Amino acid sequence: MNLQPAPSGTVRGDHRLVADLVTPRARVLDIGCGDGELLDLLVREKQVDGRGIELSQAGVNACVARGLSVVQGDADRDLSDYPDDAFDFVILSQTLQATYAPRQVLQELLRIGSNVIVSFPNFGFWRNRLQLMFKGSMPVTDYLPYSWYDTPNIHFCTIRDFVSMCDEVDARMVRSMALNARGEPVGFTAPWWVWNLIGEQALFLLKRS
Amino acid sequence: MTNETTVDPGAGTSEPLSAPANEADTPSSKVERFGGDKALQLDCGTLLDPWQIAYETYGTLNAERSNAVLVCHALTGDQYVASPNPLTGKPGWWSMLVGPGRPVDTDRYFVICANVLGGCLGTTGPASTNPQTGRRWGLDLPLVTIRDMVRAQAVLLDHLGIETLFAVVGGSMGGMQVLQWAVSYPERVFSALPIAAAARHSSQNIAFHEVGRQAVMADPNWCGGRYFERGVRPSKGLAVARMAAHITYLSDPALHRKFGRNLQDRDAITFGFDADFQIESYLRHQGMTFVDRFDPNSYLYVTRAMDYFDLGADYGGSLARAFLHSPTRFCVMSFTSDWLFPTAESKAVVRALNAAAANVSFVEVESDRGHDAFLLDEPEMFRTVTGFLTGAAHARGIAPPPAGGLA
Repeated sequence: MNLQPAPSGTVRGDHRLVADLVTPRARVLDIGCGDGELLDLLVREKQVDGRGIELSQAGVNACVARGLSVVQGDADRDLSDYPDDAFDFVILSQTLQATYAPRQVLQELLRIGSNVIVSFPNFGFWRNRLQLMFKGSMPVTDYLPYSWYDTPNIHFCTIRDFVSMCDEVDARMVRSMALNARGEPVGFTAPWWVWNLIGEQALFLLKRS
Repeated sequence: MTNETTVDPGAGTSEPLSAPANEADTPSSKVERFGGDKALQLDCGTLLDPWQIAYETYGTLNAERSNAVLVCHALTGDQYVASPNPLTGKPGWWSMLVGPGRPVDTDRYFVICANVLGGCLGTTGPASTNPQTGRRWGLDLPLVTIRDMVRAQAVLLDHLGIETLFAVVGGSMGGMQVLQWAVSYPERVFSALPIAAAARHSSQNIAFHEVGRQAVMADPNWCGGRYFERGVRPSKGLAVARMAAHITYLSDPALHRKFGRNLQDRDAITFGFDADFQIESYLRHQGMTFVDRFDPNSYLYVTRAMDYFDLGADYGGSLARAFLHSPTRFCVMSFTSDWLFPTAESKAVVRALNAAAANVSFVEVESDRGHDAFLLDEPEMFRTVTGFLTGAAHARGIAPPPAGGLA
């Protein structure tokens, strides 16, 4: 993988990485776009034709008030409304683990987008493993601050798990990178099992095979 | 009330009618008259020739003619969106949303609002004089549809030399016109803001309208729609229609908060049918003031136009096909407590727009004021309209308002 430039200014590290993957003036759908920070970055810097889906009404209203095209909706339910190849890039940032049916969601992403960018927390990160092994309790970290009973993250996976799901749904991995909690890339080439241990999150660019 | 002494010239009586008599033919606002090659082909098959359309404008059309905003009014609205209504003297019905420094900023945009076809404040409607007979149209006027209203507005815009609208904005029936605009003239609509609307009128809503129409027609003074000639007016019927409709514009929590079971100017119930409760008194007041400004036949026509509205029906029942290849930017808005045009109706529009890969935003505004919320002080709505229009204006290259504007 390539080394990425260090995050600049106030742009979140993983947002910068995503922005670097998106081609200028592309049609982009950001699923789980929150208050529109990433979408706004893409519209400003890459002049994309950007759309968003956001579950929280507060997030949607904030997005529309800043001039973004965003609808209230849900990755599990509302992706089926979109036609095939509706977008050049579909982005699912830090949301896959919160969906009810991640595999179906990924299939829908591959259907409606020519390129799919997915980022998710890596449950195989060494600190998570240590907490489970030595404390015997579900990991709670700064990056994953929820207790098991109130977490929105109902389908955690490791980088290795995600890679095998990509195989199952015929997704081709174009780019992949392991990131730290701040969204900075781990910056060196390593075998999968190393990334699966040291990556706190992961970012993938996928295409249909 | 400026019109209380207005006398219908054709009635042969000096009885004050409180009818918008003169306003129907010679409105206080701007008006354009069309005929001949500008005759209006109606959906019912009839050619309306001649006809006229009354409208108001606010702000200035820029040199590029790129900043025109069409505001579409609701069932009983009018062209006086941001200026006083000549009959009631009340401020424009959407003056909180439209005006200098407002979300629809008249320092930045050129705003046009026309009375709908079938209305009674200067656009051809049943209260207008039929030039063929010299009498008022009454029920001789062909039935009109939402699409006919939009066609009439398009002719007006042609006349004004406006090819593309920067935005079409409207609530309720106004929102229906917005959607119809986007489907009928997609290339003429840069952005569309349908608020508290639907792509078709529901069975329940048709039912409420039918109650209203039957109330009007059951009034002996309706006279088969020829009340003007008889020098009478079905005010009671129209007032009842308005009372019933008004309930549908509110919500149970809003009514409860405002009136509860409070008594009107009395300490105890009277064991009679006087207006014991505040809510009764309020509704009676709503009914009585409405009849002063609205023509009963017009109420029949415009409610019918809403009933007939079904945007997907013209496209094999597929709303998505209606919007296919739409270049328009949409912002669909609904209110949580609106049970007349509930969020589900707006979401159906959004789903169809997504399926058509159209550019759409959707905002549901939290409010307990029911359908009427779109006409009220709802800061979340204002923020959304401001944000959406500002983003669209940027995309369209419309200059920001002069410094000092609130937007």
